[in-house]
Amino acid sequence: MLATIIQRAVMQGTPLLFGSTGEILTEKSGHLNLGIPGIMYVGAISGVAGAFLYEQSTAMLNPFLAVFIPLICCLIGSMFMGLIYCFLTVTLRANQNVTGLALTTFGIGIGNFFGGSLIKLVDTDVPSISLSTTSVIFKTQIPFANKMGWFGDVFFSYGFLVYVAIIVALISSYVLNKTRVGLHLRSVGESPETADAAGINVTKYKYVSTCIGSAIAGLGGLYYVMDYANGVWSNNGFGDRGWLSIALVIFSVWRPSLSILGSILFGFLYVIPTYIPNITVSTKILFEMLPYVVTILVLVITSIRDKKENQPPASLGLAYFREER
Amino acid sequence: MKSNVALELKNITKTFGSVVANKNVSIQVKKGEILSILGENGSGKTTLMNMVSGIYYPDSGEMFIDGDPVTIASPKDAFNYKIGMIHQHFKLVDVFSAAENIILGLEDKNGFNMTEYVKKIKEITDLYGFDLDPYKKIYEMSVSEKQTVEIIKVLFRGADILILDEPTAVLTPQETVKLFAVLRKMRESGKAIIIITHKLHEVLSLSDSVAVLRKGEYIGTVKTAETNESQLTEMMVGKKISLNIERSEPQNSEDRLVVNKINCINREGVKVLDDVSFTARSGEILGIAGIAGSGQRELLEAIAGLQYLNDGEVLYNNPKTKTTENLRDKTPIQIRQLGVRLAFVPEDRLGMGLVGNMDIVDNMMLRSYKKGKSAFLQRKSPKSLAEEIIDRLEVVTPSTSTPVRRLSGGNVQKILVGREIASSPTVLMAAYPVRGLDINSSYTIYNLLNEQKQKGVAVIFVGEDLDVLLELCDRIMVIGGGRVTGIVDGRTATKEEIGLLMTKTADEQKQDKGGAVENE
Amino acid sequence: MNKLTNAVWNCFGKASIHIAKRDDIAWWKSWIIRVISVVMALIVCGFLTVALTDLNPIDVYVTMIKGAVGTPRLVWNLLQNTAILLCVSLAVTPAFKMRFWNIGAEGQVLIGGLATATCMIFLGEVVPGPVLIPMMFVISVIAGAFWAFIPAFFKARFNSNETLFTLMMNYIAIQIVAYFTLEWSVPKGSGTPRTLEFGQLPMLFGQKYLINIIVVILITVLMYIYLKYTKQGYEISVVGESENTARYIGINVKKVILRTMAISGAVCGIAGFLLVAGTDHSLKSDTAGGRGFTAIMVSWLAKFHPGFMVLTSLLIVFLEKGASKISEVYRLNSSFSDIITGIIIFFIIGSEFFINYKIKSNRKSKEEN
Repeated sequence: MLATIIQRAVMQGTPLLFGSTGEILTEKSGHLNLGIPGIMYVGAISGVAGAFLYEQSTAMLNPFLAVFIPLICCLIGSMFMGLIYCFLTVTLRANQNVTGLALTTFGIGIGNFFGGSLIKLVDTDVPSISLSTTSVIFKTQIPFANKMGWFGDVFFSYGFLVYVAIIVALISSYVLNKTRVGLHLRSVGESPETADAAGINVTKYKYVSTCIGSAIAGLGGLYYVMDYANGVWSNNGFGDRGWLSIALVIFSVWRPSLSILGSILFGFLYVIPTYIPNITVSTKILFEMLPYVVTILVLVITSIRDKKENQPPASLGLAYFREER
Repeated sequence: MKSNVALELKNITKTFGSVVANKNVSIQVKKGEILSILGENGSGKTTLMNMVSGIYYPDSGEMFIDGDPVTIASPKDAFNYKIGMIHQHFKLVDVFSAAENIILGLEDKNGFNMTEYVKKIKEITDLYGFDLDPYKKIYEMSVSEKQTVEIIKVLFRGADILILDEPTAVLTPQETVKLFAVLRKMRESGKAIIIITHKLHEVLSLSDSVAVLRKGEYIGTVKTAETNESQLTEMMVGKKISLNIERSEPQNSEDRLVVNKINCINREGVKVLDDVSFTARSGEILGIAGIAGSGQRELLEAIAGLQYLNDGEVLYNNPKTKTTENLRDKTPIQIRQLGVRLAFVPEDRLGMGLVGNMDIVDNMMLRSYKKGKSAFLQRKSPKSLAEEIIDRLEVVTPSTSTPVRRLSGGNVQKILVGREIASSPTVLMAAYPVRGLDINSSYTIYNLLNEQKQKGVAVIFVGEDLDVLLELCDRIMVIGGGRVTGIVDGRTATKEEIGLLMTKTADEQKQDKGGAVENE
Repeated sequence: MNKLTNAVWNCFGKASIHIAKRDDIAWWKSWIIRVISVVMALIVCGFLTVALTDLNPIDVYVTMIKGAVGTPRLVWNLLQNTAILLCVSLAVTPAFKMRFWNIGAEGQVLIGGLATATCMIFLGEVVPGPVLIPMMFVISVIAGAFWAFIPAFFKARFNSNETLFTLMMNYIAIQIVAYFTLEWSVPKGSGTPRTLEFGQLPMLFGQKYLINIIVVILITVLMYIYLKYTKQGYEISVVGESENTARYIGINVKKVILRTMAISGAVCGIAGFLLVAGTDHSLKSDTAGGRGFTAIMVSWLAKFHPGFMVLTSLLIVFLEKGASKISEVYRLNSSFSDIITGIIIFFIIGSEFFINYKIKSNRKSKEEN
């Protein structure tokens, strides 16, 4: 049973891991992007639209294209959202919180709107879009996984996007801590004046990291629909996972590698009530509160300990404006 | 053809609006030479060097590097010509290590190898005798370590011409000695070094030649070996200029504020006030002279209840009750509740004394809004006060509901000073009240201060222009490096006398008592 | 070689533009910019709608207006929704003026609503109406204030990041409310929220929502007075503008943070009270309906001015109602209104740039220096 719990925790955690890795990259450039929930919706619906149109256009799905098309659509859609955010907050120096919240309203609106309208394109009476064929491809496991008992369940039983999430988090961690680009990016988020004086193109870094971060977060939405929800889009089905991703950023003190463990823990907290015997539905609801409570505890503890390395990037939320002479 | 002259400036002129920051300045520095640029605050030293490092662009004049004419239009250009400047305010990322800060912004085709970089940094530190742990985080560092990081940052980029802006302003005497040793080693290895300073003994002990600026004008260059303190002081402060500021004799002075051996250590661990003692008397203007950043701000804030003191006392003699209160460790509100009528015109007018986005009336209330038991604000008397000040001090403003940030500097200052003296204070402290003001506004401020003096207020005036201090103040206290280096009579003192006191530092004073001045 | 690059650089430098902060702009100019941005947003939305529906845009806008104010019932609905949104917007404003990013209004409203519902359920049968309603009011205010006080305390004491803290507090509140909704649902555990019969706000002149609207008008006036004419409101402005000045005149900044957040939460509590006792007569985890977040935009777009907030909240609610009518009539999904709202807010946010900054060519500015 433990193997199943871990398996389900990982599946619950994967969208959060994508979201938090994306948000960490964005926040490292000094931008608190509260549009992440909206971006994840857009990522999901873009992928769904791509897959839907492809499924409609052909009878025989090419497995490669069936994955490739939704993936590309998802990346483009979520990156476009990141671009809107950047244009407003970096170029037009708008308030980040207000822009982010507007982006979330907008993104969730787009997701639910197209999620509800795509069906009208085909004259069927299906209540919601179901992309089971594509989903099966997304969920393809490593062939020998089910022959390895619990070991296979815990490590090899997932669709490829789960591994992508972990690899992306590890790569992000590596880039942030071990490369020049990462060093420059962190300096932009900590002290844009210093970065600017050192000849780093602050605007470019902000744009690129926010857009890449958005694209990564969008994959979280795609994973949710294509893999976790078996290709069935339901409006608001994604729930508050976007906000949980932001909580996970704080929980993992801005470290993508810690985010991997954090996402599994969050997923664990999410699924654990199901395995408690005789639990009532209402107690289950209280369990869903735990990730946020834990996050606040982390936030409070880090601010009490006041260790510089564990604080949010110093310029988080502030617009950078170089007064030219 | 390669010349021995590393950097040469010819007839450089730079103006900001109507202010001439540099006028026909010509200097040169050779390889393996240390040049000091000497001048008072506001003499244009930093502006000149900012043009060399590409931050400003000169209006006219020429620059030569290794004898070739060059255009330096951006910091990047300066970097390409191997010019590195170490600014007074460090630009470092707090949570990064020294090594990370040093390599920040560099592009390197050979990849990113931290151990290699650290090795290279070690080479530099060993070569010149720096003391630095490349892995230490900036936020754990002392000011002098941060400065070391800045210097190595420049050397790492291969700079051959180094410019240091007031490098010793933030250092302890021991740290200064260390820095100078390092700079001498760099000179030996053929670097050209320019240091901006106003400390005479440093100039004499360190540099090979000295270029002097005064109020933006180039006075001349002398060889250090052929000059002495008094010649340099004279070049720096110039002849006395008469300003015709009125000065009345102090009337029935009594000790109003007695500051007794106060000490203050700031967040960086630097002792910014060191055993400061003095007395401010009623009906008298006490001037405070000193190089900027010698502890003036902390001193005034300590009296106003804004600065934590490690030691000492601030005693106030209340003229009405004839009692004495100790103001140390009291908040501004507690001080007011004691019946101490203290007015304070801070240096940072729009950032501290006034709120830029609020209108004149609301700014008038800053001090007095709490008066009365009502929960509501009372804008009637602030409004009439605003009108009165506008009328009496000839403030140019569209109306009393104009945000103060939209007023010109002089008008902003009139509003601030007007408000502060409206509370009929017994002590008035003003930090650089005429900085950036035109002549007419300046005289308005002088008159206001004199008026207060005649009313029996103990006025403390922190100034930078020695001519003004000498004509306005009854006594002038000079501070240097957080210490009182002397208190002189404003009527008899000379500019040179004050200039020399200003450039003295704590260790020198001690040596003075022993009768020997070390010259390296 | 260097000379050449310099020449190129100079050329580029002269041709490029640069951006500088505006000192000031005439009020009418700034409003023209804002109106232009809304008009442009409406044009974009019009194109979008036409693209999705193939209809005459004029028809679409007519439908929209009809959907928002077509019948008296719709007008009351519009006003009621505006009132609640306005109430939450007013609540977050004191915190924002102090530069404290309270994005926890959603949770504060819910906790206020929870307090109201608790009173209605447990005291409803015991305490008579005229006593019950004031009690509900007071307890909701205290509950909302308490919820906002927690992050304020950690901000003042340990400088915890208030944006992230208040954001997390929202979801804790949502889960707590979801828990009680389920516990109290009839039959128990069914998830159908219980209708709260005792302690409902009375109808005035036969209008169900009138009392809500009157309460919010009152709060608007009071908040305007509080911010502009009281000593506490003045302290908020000083702390928000410059902590250094606050220190200089001896304001206790921590105390102001705690007090202001408590007030912010208290007004959110009132919004929760109005929603539960005056509008829904039930409590659900989506009772606040995202207003806590929309309010942030409303308050910010209105430059924290209670008067303008009436306009911005009306605009937002009008758009929402109108757009949902469009989606209803043309059989579009109801989320259409979120898209329209999002686009319009983007345009207004973007327009602020042109109010705060001016763009000028580099050459000219060099001469100015």
